[in-house]
Amino acid sequence: MADIAIRNVEKSYGKTAVLHGIDLQIADGEFLVILGPSGCGKSTLLRMIAGLEGISRGEIAIAGRVVNALEPRERGCAMVFQNYALYPHMTVGENIGYALKVAGLPKPERERRVAEIARIVGLEAFLARRPSELSGGQRQRVAMGRAMIREPKVFLFDEPLSNLDAKLRVQMRLEIRRLHQRLQATSVFVTHDQIEAMSLADRIVVMNQGRIEQAGPPRLLYAEPATRFVASFLGAPAMNLLPATIIAKDRARMADGTEIALDPARFIVEIGQAVEIGIRPEDVMIVWPGSEGAHALEVEFTEDMGSSRLLHTRLGGMEFTVLQPAAQIEAEGQLPITIPENAIHLFDLNTGKRLNRQIPVIGTAASAAA
Amino acid sequence: MRDAGMIERAPLLNAVTHVLMIAGLLIAAFPIYVVFIASTHDLPTVNRVPMPLWPGEHLVQNYTTVWNKSDFGAKMINSLIVATGVTIGKITLAALTAFSIVFFRYRARMLIFWAIFITLMLPLEVRIVPTYAVAADVAEPLRWLVWLFGFELGIAPINLLNTYTGLILPLVATATGTFLYRQFFLTIPDTLVEAARMDGAGPLRFFREHLLPLSRNNMAALATIMFVYAWNQYLWPLLITTDARMATATMQLQKIVPGPLFGQPPVWNEAMAATLLVMVPPLLVVIFMQGAFVRGLVATDK
Repeated sequence: MADIAIRNVEKSYGKTAVLHGIDLQIADGEFLVILGPSGCGKSTLLRMIAGLEGISRGEIAIAGRVVNALEPRERGCAMVFQNYALYPHMTVGENIGYALKVAGLPKPERERRVAEIARIVGLEAFLARRPSELSGGQRQRVAMGRAMIREPKVFLFDEPLSNLDAKLRVQMRLEIRRLHQRLQATSVFVTHDQIEAMSLADRIVVMNQGRIEQAGPPRLLYAEPATRFVASFLGAPAMNLLPATIIAKDRARMADGTEIALDPARFIVEIGQAVEIGIRPEDVMIVWPGSEGAHALEVEFTEDMGSSRLLHTRLGGMEFTVLQPAAQIEAEGQLPITIPENAIHLFDLNTGKRLNRQIPVIGTAASAAA
Repeated sequence: MRDAGMIERAPLLNAVTHVLMIAGLLIAAFPIYVVFIASTHDLPTVNRVPMPLWPGEHLVQNYTTVWNKSDFGAKMINSLIVATGVTIGKITLAALTAFSIVFFRYRARMLIFWAIFITLMLPLEVRIVPTYAVAADVAEPLRWLVWLFGFELGIAPINLLNTYTGLILPLVATATGTFLYRQFFLTIPDTLVEAARMDGAGPLRFFREHLLPLSRNNMAALATIMFVYAWNQYLWPLLITTDARMATATMQLQKIVPGPLFGQPPVWNEAMAATLLVMVPPLLVVIFMQGAFVRGLVATDK
């Protein structure tokens, strides 16, 4: 059990800097997910914790001990790799038990522990097989078992689910969650999949271009994204973002003249400021024609997703998606909607920073509106 | 044979390729057939023009004569020692140098890599005079090196002429094996190395428990090539051995061809019998290693 302290850590390859001053505290037993697009430096950060990459500047401490100069094996971390990285010439049992063999444990003890781990990950029947004879999900389990057997202080996951098919991914996600509840080991999980991040994390760190955009519980990041980047990265379907200009304390106008009402108490804005208005597709409300303040949307086409329906429309000339329960009447042609004022996120167009005032989180914006 | 996995169904094309293949086989095999036929006749029959193309009755006699006359038993053992020594030395050296070049980052790594690469362009035949000089006294280069810095080194000459070491070492020091291993090591995914590091395996452990088992097929391929290469060496053993007890089988062949007296025709029947005898060990190695050999050259195991 260990906490991880990352203090002003930088990484550069020659003159190219990939991480600019990362500061992050990971609590003992926490499940932290680092989320970001490819090339944002999330894997690099994970590999620096593991000891597979050098630290250019700053320091990383695990359980209070600075590990900058330590070899991976001395850090007490176990890692699950994206492509599993199983040893192809060893059986499942040998793969799982390899770390113990290296550590010099006597064979009977080793076999007992391997059997125990195999039972936990459900591979008892496969111990004598080679990795090449296993399915993707089974290989993933071997990789997990190999990490677990060392009883590490810290689990590191480098996009471990991205090679699995959709169904298996959901299943393994649950198993990882269950495993964490059981072992309560500090875990750092890197992914570019926001659903994975939302469903697994105690806390999410969103990274972009070598910097931390925002860190916090999944619910907070979803409800109050600190930047436009976080807003667009979390949530599927993605948040609608409409460029507009503030024309009054309570109004913003889009390029084609469409005006959107704002609650002046919720934002810190100046007249004439260029902003982006963010509205989650599920927060849009379909209303009766002729209702007060209603916008008429032109429905272009509809995606039926079973439990819900995604309407692709245009608002003020911009693409605009609306998510509605499937039970609702099918919309065609003109669709009158309103945008609840408390569902609006406002970002500065130039800096991408959130312009909403800080408010306590009570449920989602949508449920607050209803 | 397995179906080659042709996508097209073309019976005519298949027939043509088969005819070509069989023709190629016959052309390649005919000289060996002639060698065999020649080794079954007595001397007058072999020297008749044209030579008969059907086996004669002197097979056993020719083989026993040549085996006893030229002491092939001892020579074969010499060849076997040299070829095995070269094979083992080569595999060890190649695996270790490739390991160093591929998996470690150190100063002058590329310089060393290119230095090894250059030896590809300098086969033994090209550098045979300096190599002989070194074999005649191994301490000589060292003495020179020390002398450059203004010292004298009092090491007694170390002579490798007429020794197995002398026969083996110069053949071990070539780059082919290093390259084969390097190419294979480059196909090993980085994450495998990293997984082993996370599991706590140090470099030597990684080499022994991961790289060696993974490169079994490459090892077999290299061993086959090197065994045949070393067995067929002619010039170097001829140069370095003056003692008949150290002669190799390939060298010995050359002594059989001339007739017993000057001006007499060569003893072709016995020479051909000896040729076939000398061919047997490398042939056995190739047959025995064939499967692994092909796998090692064609693709890496999954």
